[in-house]
Amino acid sequence: MRLAVASGKGGTGKTTVAVNLALALRQKNLTLLDCDVEEPNAHLFLKPVFYFTKEVGIPVPRIDFARCTFCGRCSEVCAFNALAVLKDQVLVFEELCHGCGSCAYFCPERAISEHERPIGILERGNAGNIKFGHGRLNPGEAMSPPLINEVKKMCRPGLITIIDAPPGTSCPVVSAVSDCDYCILVTEPTSFGLHDLDLVSRMVKKMGVQAGVVINRSDLGDDRVEDYCRDKGLPVLQKIPFDRELAEYQARGEPIVKHRPSWHDYFEKMFYRIAEKCEGVSR
Amino acid sequence: MKIAICAQGEGLNAKTDRRFGRSPYFVLVDPDHETVLESIRNENADAPGGAGPQSAQLLSEHDVGAVITGNVGPKAKQALQAAGIVIYTGVQDTVGDTIKEFMKGVLKPLSGATVPGHSGIQKGQWR
Repeated sequence: MRLAVASGKGGTGKTTVAVNLALALRQKNLTLLDCDVEEPNAHLFLKPVFYFTKEVGIPVPRIDFARCTFCGRCSEVCAFNALAVLKDQVLVFEELCHGCGSCAYFCPERAISEHERPIGILERGNAGNIKFGHGRLNPGEAMSPPLINEVKKMCRPGLITIIDAPPGTSCPVVSAVSDCDYCILVTEPTSFGLHDLDLVSRMVKKMGVQAGVVINRSDLGDDRVEDYCRDKGLPVLQKIPFDRELAEYQARGEPIVKHRPSWHDYFEKMFYRIAEKCEGVSR
Repeated sequence: MKIAICAQGEGLNAKTDRRFGRSPYFVLVDPDHETVLESIRNENADAPGGAGPQSAQLLSEHDVGAVITGNVGPKAKQALQAAGIVIYTGVQDTVGDTIKEFMKGVLKPLSGATVPGHSGIQKGQWR
């Protein structure tokens, strides 16, 4: 079973939910993948011991000018404008390239080979019983989906994988949430929380992924998030009231379940509720 | 020499556009005779990325020798220079005014990019 934790708005508590859920389940062979590769932070709470590190790159074109006839086919098939063919020159803008390989495939002269452009680092480790993986995107890099997909290769059929997604609704989030059985949407009862919950809930609906909502700092703000969930038929899975002590644990990098045994039950119950909804579609 | 002028529409009376890669039209003129050779629609104006280099390729395909724009970004500049297209900044209000200014010889060819990348993207363009 693959379970994503996402949010439209940043800073609502995705990592808090993902980490504490993973710890609360106390299961063997559970995997937690931090797919927020631009700013991974789950490791700060789980403190895994890493045993594997790999550089991840994407294939970008290299032109063999002895063969190139400047026909312009590569530029024509590139969906991302990464190639410009100018009379007797071909310019490759590597930072625009998504690594799809179309240019090399369609080149009639076989004048294009591919080489790897590094985009980040993949790390795998163990945190007690929990198998852990995350990616670290290189600073300034915009192309995160290939790294996210590489991190997700740790998903194993039949076992529980919790995926901590990046915030927002753009390509990296779609990469993190795709192929998941369920998506927990973490939000807060504010105007921004509601606005971005609407965006992300429409995103998961379009992707055909079931979703439920966790409302963090639930006693602040107003009722519009709950009204929204009722209107849209989104189950509210959990409400976490604002509590200064919780913020203090977080600031020290300590998971909340360590200090609040009741959280084990809250999260376990939430998990079984989700598992019931996923029955029959579980991989 | 064929010169391209960044414009919002077709012909001599068209308003100019200060952007290069996202300029909606390029009006190709023969400056010596102050005549319009062709107005080409720039299909790259709404590209998600790489509008500059693709527009340079478009001008290269039309055998343009120089371009007059308001600004040019780093990737566009690299591509225009690779294509041997001379870059002038200082478009005037209309295409016609710009040709007159060019013929006075007061426009200077450019050495560096005038704006950072993505400057031609209008606010809210992809809403």
